[in-house]
Amino acid sequence: MSMYSDKVMEHFKNPHNVGEIKDADGIGEVGNPICGDIMKIYIKVKDDKIVDCKFKTFGCGAAIATSSMVTEMVKGKTIEEALEISNKTVAEALGGLPPIKMHCSNLAADGLSKAIEDYKKKIQDSKLKTEIKNQCKKM
Amino acid sequence: MCGKGVNGFMKRIYMDHAATTPTDNEVVKAMEPYFTQKYGNPNSIHSFGQEARDAVEEARKKVAHLIGANPSEIIFTGGGTESDNFAIKGIAWANQKKGNHIITSKIEHHAVLHSCQFLEKHGFRVTYLPVDKYGLIDPDNVKKAITDQTILVTIMHANNEIGAIEPIKEIGKVVKEAGIYFHTDSVQTVGHIPIDVNDLGVDMLSMSGHKLYGPNGVGVLYLRKGTRIDSLIGGGSQEKNRRAGTENVAGIVGMGKAAELAEKRLVQGEEDKLIKLRDRLIKEITEKVDHVLLNGHPKKRLPGNVNLCFEFIEGESMLLNLDMEGVAASSGSACTSGSLEPSHVLLAIGLPPEIAHGSLRLTLGKDNTEEEVECVIDILPKIIEKLRALSPFKGSWEGLKK
Ligand code: FES
Repeated sequence: MSMYSDKVMEHFKNPHNVGEIKDADGIGEVGNPICGDIMKIYIKVKDDKIVDCKFKTFGCGAAIATSSMVTEMVKGKTIEEALEISNKTVAEALGGLPPIKMHCSNLAADGLSKAIEDYKKKIQDSKLKTEIKNQCKKM
Repeated sequence: MCGKGVNGFMKRIYMDHAATTPTDNEVVKAMEPYFTQKYGNPNSIHSFGQEARDAVEEARKKVAHLIGANPSEIIFTGGGTESDNFAIKGIAWANQKKGNHIITSKIEHHAVLHSCQFLEKHGFRVTYLPVDKYGLIDPDNVKKAITDQTILVTIMHANNEIGAIEPIKEIGKVVKEAGIYFHTDSVQTVGHIPIDVNDLGVDMLSMSGHKLYGPNGVGVLYLRKGTRIDSLIGGGSQEKNRRAGTENVAGIVGMGKAAELAEKRLVQGEEDKLIKLRDRLIKEITEKVDHVLLNGHPKKRLPGNVNLCFEFIEGESMLLNLDMEGVAASSGSACTSGSLEPSHVLLAIGLPPEIAHGSLRLTLGKDNTEEEVECVIDILPKIIEKLRALSPFKGSWEGLKK
């Protein structure tokens, strides 16, 4: 099927970073409201840098390829930099997607930003916890 | 060896015959002279015209013979879709004084569904009958849906996706008792299972050339004598004023030849050969893979139709993987549908969208072999396993947000 670019097919045939991260620092799960596909993405963060990223996707060829691409793109990036990745940049990195498949790239980009959100929340929570602990100690 | 041909060229396996079939060589040969030598207009008086006219009438006879009709009841159209539009809209317009109610089913082809929806915008009322989990319509439900306003019942002979063969004969009896017109979309069955329009009790029957090894762009509407119908396409007086436009002579000749060959194949037991291959595919794949279900009825199904749902994976990714191995198939998944909605047929038999997502349709044809079937049985489970490893669902739908 030549509806996809070579790059998409490459990532579809041999998706990178498939799997789960057991002690992930952030997990994002998104469902595609358009066609019902689902993606789960895991990130591992060290010193504000994404050191590892893995995914699981229940979806079409484009969804799998964009998932694979996005996990490749974020590795080594800071949280700030990672947040700049949009569905457009993922699609571009894959040499474009057929118009009807553009929404599939949302899955990957949204999944990533959810995972980052999750990570930030976890940090907040743990900060809060230590603050409360310290407060308690003072009392 | 599977999927590989000589010299490293991939031997491709075509299992998408419900989408279209290859045009038979004999059909092409029969058509050829009508492009460059016998190119006359069948409506012309001269000998060029008359040899084309003879060819069209010869084709009409062959098509009529295949379905037990009279040649005068065969109208050539531009395809199965046109035949469906013609039957439904034509009956509606011509009989609107009698009533404005039409009965159909939820699993019809879009050619039928969209024709009905169009009529709804123009003051007609349509009942879309449900089907059971096998995709079968209950003739009793047809009976219950009939009102004194009903002018047409249109139910497909067999479903193109899940292969369910509907009880047309039983429905025909019910409809006849009520004195209503009965149309069936027979695109998937003509030439593939024996058909007799009188036995079925239909007034109209749609067929398509390219689904029975004939050419694209030609179809037929069988129209029982005495049926009141308006034509869809106006213009010249071709097809006894039923369908205007200069006849597609080569296409019609091809359709005739395809009908003749189909009849021969039916006599030679083609149906049984396909059923054997079909049942082997179903049996061995469901044995080798878990979390798989058969869509449609195990017995009341088209000889070449296999339709399975594999849980936890998505259809398009299955099709891409099969295509990489040279196997052509299709799916009812939302991701492959163009509209990004799961197949209305799979939803109508009660499948949740996430299961419909993993549907795979393999439709066999006359040239498929035992070896090809073995090849698919060999590679498919590997593909399923590979895709399931990518899936966030493992052996259960746990965690799926509704
Ligand atoms: S994610 Fe469903 S169409 Fe791509």
